Amino acid sequence: MENAVGEVQNVLLLGGRSEIGLAIVRKLLSPSARVVTLACRRPDEAAELTQSLSRTGLSVEAVSFDAADTAGHKGFLADVVARHGDIDVAILAFGILGDQQNFDEDPQSAVSAVHTNYTASVSAALCLASQFRQQGHGKLIVLSSVAGERVRKANFVYGSSKAGLDAFCQGLADSLEGSGASVLIVRPGFVHSAMTAGMKPAPFSTTPEVVANLTVKALNAGQRMVWTPGILRWLFMVLRHLPGPLWRRLPLG
Amino acid sequence: MKSDYSQSRLTGWGLTSPSYARTAKVSHSEVGEHVKDSSGRGIVMRGLGRSYGDAAQNAGGTVLTLADSVAQAVLDTEQGTLTVGAGVSLHDLLQIIVPRGFFIPVSPGTRFVTVGGAIASDIHGKNHHLEGSFGNHVRRLSLLLADGTVKELGPDQDAPLFWATVGGMGLTGIILDATFSLIRIESSRCIVNTVRCKNIDELFEEMSHGDDEHRYSVAWVDLLATGAKLGRSVLWRGDHARLSDLSTKDAIDPLHYAPKQIATVPALVPSFGLVNSWSSAIFNELWLRKEPRRKVGTIKNIPAYFHPLDAIGSWNRLYGRGGFLQYQFVVPFGQEKTLRRIIEMVAVSKTASPLVVLKRFGQSNPGPMSFPIPGWTLTVDMSCVASGVSELLHSLDSMVVEAGGRHYLAKDAHTTPSVIRRGYPRLDEWKAIQRAVDPSGVWQSDLARRLELI
Repeated sequence: MENAVGEVQNVLLLGGRSEIGLAIVRKLLSPSARVVTLACRRPDEAAELTQSLSRTGLSVEAVSFDAADTAGHKGFLADVVARHGDIDVAILAFGILGDQQNFDEDPQSAVSAVHTNYTASVSAALCLASQFRQQGHGKLIVLSSVAGERVRKANFVYGSSKAGLDAFCQGLADSLEGSGASVLIVRPGFVHSAMTAGMKPAPFSTTPEVVANLTVKALNAGQRMVWTPGILRWLFMVLRHLPGPLWRRLPLG
Repeated sequence: MKSDYSQSRLTGWGLTSPSYARTAKVSHSEVGEHVKDSSGRGIVMRGLGRSYGDAAQNAGGTVLTLADSVAQAVLDTEQGTLTVGAGVSLHDLLQIIVPRGFFIPVSPGTRFVTVGGAIASDIHGKNHHLEGSFGNHVRRLSLLLADGTVKELGPDQDAPLFWATVGGMGLTGIILDATFSLIRIESSRCIVNTVRCKNIDELFEEMSHGDDEHRYSVAWVDLLATGAKLGRSVLWRGDHARLSDLSTKDAIDPLHYAPKQIATVPALVPSFGLVNSWSSAIFNELWLRKEPRRKVGTIKNIPAYFHPLDAIGSWNRLYGRGGFLQYQFVVPFGQEKTLRRIIEMVAVSKTASPLVVLKRFGQSNPGPMSFPIPGWTLTVDMSCVASGVSELLHSLDSMVVEAGGRHYLAKDAHTTPSVIRRGYPRLDEWKAIQRAVDPSGVWQSDLARRLELI
């Protein structure tokens, strides 16, 4: 349960190796935190990670989770709840950025990226929503992306999957009104992380720590949407309405 | 026949940590049906919602309120006892008993609490140093158990379960009705002596030596005073006035009782609230300076002496949308150093409403989860959005339990399971009794989940 100042006790990170996800988890850790569950594909490789998060009074666990295996989501969540009780905050942070050129050459790889980014996220979010409804409380943080706000040629498979996820989450958030559960959609810009290593940073690039700071601030303020950094909101308000010929010529990578 | 549920967003009086539950107002005849119907998320009772934190919330579960009428209360004037449904408020009771020459045995800072809540939280008042908490005055109660049966309990009838229910935060069953003893009064006025203390040492000295001569005693400490003036305060001590104490005018109707609400705080308070260092400074000056150094024999009526804040409806809105919490703890006698250090830390942090309440507790009762232990109890109001509040409270938590103290569950909205475990060394004893009467977990609350009480 959450206390009066918004400190939470039980956090679940889906995509347990996500740098942004982990930065948010770190930001959520307070003396009130009791359990952190890192759901990742290879939990045996996360020992160092769990070590780095652990502290007295807090149990950190890496558990096996395959986002693409949507049939397993319900059972997975039931298991986490059975072991640790109510989930206060769940962070949906798994996703594949991929390479547009590879997608062009191998449409099957695009399908599997979209499956993880969209279909699997829909499945996991619905499972969590159902759990939160039953709990009468719970906050879901979803990592969307500005790439979905106006999809660009450089990563339109990724961008379109995030656009779908973003739209899905807006509807989900509305449907949860009055249930005690809520959804916070995070729209980061270019974030320096393993996912983007070696890529040319887009303007207003940021770090996982900045994204985490803004996200937790928005969470405590009860917001439903946060852009990181905030300026991207105003930038995309313009970009969204830019005429096509101009948009296509922008040096956005 | 069972009343319908509605889905409600619930918070405590501090307006923090909202959660959703299905709620219903039920009569005694219906309540058993609701218990049978409870889901895996269980049931908790809610009276008037004056617990500051999440004691009367049950996310995803059921929250019931007893629809009781004061009209069915039975006043035994010979024994000086009252038998009443647990859902009746002290506010309603007072209107019946004061004009008949009786007063409630323990009066908290607000009269808007129910009898059930008073027992479940084992509330205390300004007379704790002499007369203990509410549970000390309960002669019997009937408790609806998780299996649907109703059990009669009292200090000499299944005492372990009775004392687990006193201060048990509603987690042993549903208190349906209770009989408790009353105080006989000759008038509805109090005779109050005021002492203004220059600093904390003077206050400790004054309270340690003079309290026991008065039934009621409480001090307000001004946190705006620091350094040598730390603990600048006003101590009010009082007793129920006798007929002979009253003026001829008051003596015409000595048991007159007419509490009034002079205003209600509208829902339109700005989101950042109206309680801040400026407003508090003005308030403290006006409130504390108006008191003379030493004054004896002031006559006050019951609402003015016991429930001054009740004159303003919905005063909790003054803190704005972020809500507030009321931090209350007790440290044993001999830990004055810790107490002084805590007062200093709170004062310096400037996170609290600069008026804090200090009170001396007397003997505790046998309840394993009853809050009062002999010592000093301090109560601090804090806005939940002030920066640094949480860090401050976590440090104070450690200082309190290290000093052998504990926190008041009815007010808690912030602390952790380990702090409660350390503060209540008989928690396991209580848990064993709780589990024996509720093996399947029918009684649940947000507080119980947060603090791992069950």
